[in-house]
Amino acid sequence: MRTDSEARVPIAKTDLLPIRSGEDVVRVRQQVRARAIEIGLGLVDQTKIITAASELARNTLDYGGGGEVRIDLVEEGGRKGVRLTFEDQGPGIPDIAQALTDHYTTGGGLGLGLGGAKRLSNEFHIESTLGVGTRITIARWKSR
Amino acid sequence: MEIDGTQVLVRTITDEEPAILMAWLALLKEGGSLQTGRIREAELQTQAKVVLGQLRDALASGQSDFGSEAYASLRETLGEISRSRAIQGFSSTDTAKFVFSLKEPIFEALGRTQAGDASLIAAATRSASRLLDRLGLHTMEVFQTSREEVIGRQTQEIAELSTPVVRLWDGILALPLIGTLDSARTGVVMENLLQAIVDEEAEIAIIDITGVPTVDTLVAQHLLKAIAAARLMGADCIISGIRPQIAQTMVHLGVELNVVSKATLADAFALALRRTGRAVVRKQAAATTASEDRR
Amino acid sequence: MDRIPILKLGGALIVTIQVDMHDRLMLALEEDLTAKIASTGARGVLIEISALEIVDSFIGRMLDNIAAISRVLDAETVVVGMRPAVAITLIELGLNLTGIKTALNVERGMAMIQARLDEDDADGLGSTRAHRED
Repeated sequence: MRTDSEARVPIAKTDLLPIRSGEDVVRVRQQVRARAIEIGLGLVDQTKIITAASELARNTLDYGGGGEVRIDLVEEGGRKGVRLTFEDQGPGIPDIAQALTDHYTTGGGLGLGLGGAKRLSNEFHIESTLGVGTRITIARWKSR
Repeated sequence: MEIDGTQVLVRTITDEEPAILMAWLALLKEGGSLQTGRIREAELQTQAKVVLGQLRDALASGQSDFGSEAYASLRETLGEISRSRAIQGFSSTDTAKFVFSLKEPIFEALGRTQAGDASLIAAATRSASRLLDRLGLHTMEVFQTSREEVIGRQTQEIAELSTPVVRLWDGILALPLIGTLDSARTGVVMENLLQAIVDEEAEIAIIDITGVPTVDTLVAQHLLKAIAAARLMGADCIISGIRPQIAQTMVHLGVELNVVSKATLADAFALALRRTGRAVVRKQAAATTASEDRR
Repeated sequence: MDRIPILKLGGALIVTIQVDMHDRLMLALEEDLTAKIASTGARGVLIEISALEIVDSFIGRMLDNIAAISRVLDAETVVVGMRPAVAITLIELGLNLTGIKTALNVERGMAMIQARLDEDDADGLGSTRAHRED
């Protein structure tokens, strides 16, 4: 919804974490939690962004064959937020609308990952090219 | 032309600073800036002096663009003044007047010092006018933003204050909701409720919406989500006091109402007591009429 | 590999999850619990999750699975101590876990399991399903 403004948002801090194993997923969660606490996100908002990160990190691992996540602390107009960018070089998603539908799954999961992550975030943006990979960006802002 | 105007302006303000300041303050007083008693004369004087001084310094740098670095401290000062006026409860007109009433004294000073040279006066007046307009706009922008911040904070305070979670009995909570529910307020309310369930180890929470005039679909969904979340934590919710229109909304939502609903808070409380293995019994007939009523 | 310990208390199995769950740990728990229910004939499983800071769809699905499996094995699963923020997030995620029983804390959860054990005993004695309350 605000993808055009993303480039202008100043980034205060960036972490780059690999997602290659189940342990990496746990590490991503811990790092997102640390950053969310750092900008003073409320408990519920923290839990939401960590859970969304967990869903997307697992997707990156299970469907994208591994990849990485960039965790940015962003600030815009006095508002602070956490922005996460998940990237993989996997097969890509053929039908994004379908992948966002609840309970649609190709991997035997619940099919709540993508749609759930979207509902848990303030911003959600997905790009995917068949045979090239997938990039998903989410953000959660501190409510004023 | 443009540079000329600015230079003349700088010279005039530098030379005539005390006179301009005095005329400005007189205008401000005349305009009633002090009448409301929200600001003292000394404070107003200091503000005017600082603003005029910073305006002169900024102009002296040769810049006429209000957005440039030279005007940073002036912007800051004006912002500060606007913010404090917003908080002190000044009207937007009063706040705008502060800057705009500087125009006249400056124009007069220009007339005095550049007497005879009409083209110089015109150029300088144009520069001054353009610049002061920008100052005024900046003042209003900050004023507006500050007011919005104040309103935002108050909204949140109201949301937190207006929805107390009350303990009715050991393990039984009630959340009497009053007034219009918007989605943001419902969110805050629900978080409070769930936290209270943990703090009080409550098995049952009664959400009473007698005082809620309307519920839109988003709010209804919020309510249902909170009830589902409470269930995950191991507590049951009872809704009481649903108005007929609200019942209609909920049904039209197509949401299956797997929610226990009672007509009044009293009914809900009685059910909660029963569910937790308690009963209300009349100890003794208080008066004969009362005891007769019971039979 | 780490495993989450399972305690037996009367007719119930008790599990306390206190670590940041990674997926394999959760899969191992499902396996261990299934085996333990079968070997002990437990009638109730109590899973305490008050230390869990998040429950994502994977952990949620595992809890659901454990409940479904134990139901088939005639044991009842009660999840206790879920944090408010976790509950709100799960609902937002779209997981209602309607197949799972819940309680606020271990004490209440054990009371639920005990009530079921008592009921079974009562059934064994041939009495009708008497209500606890008057």
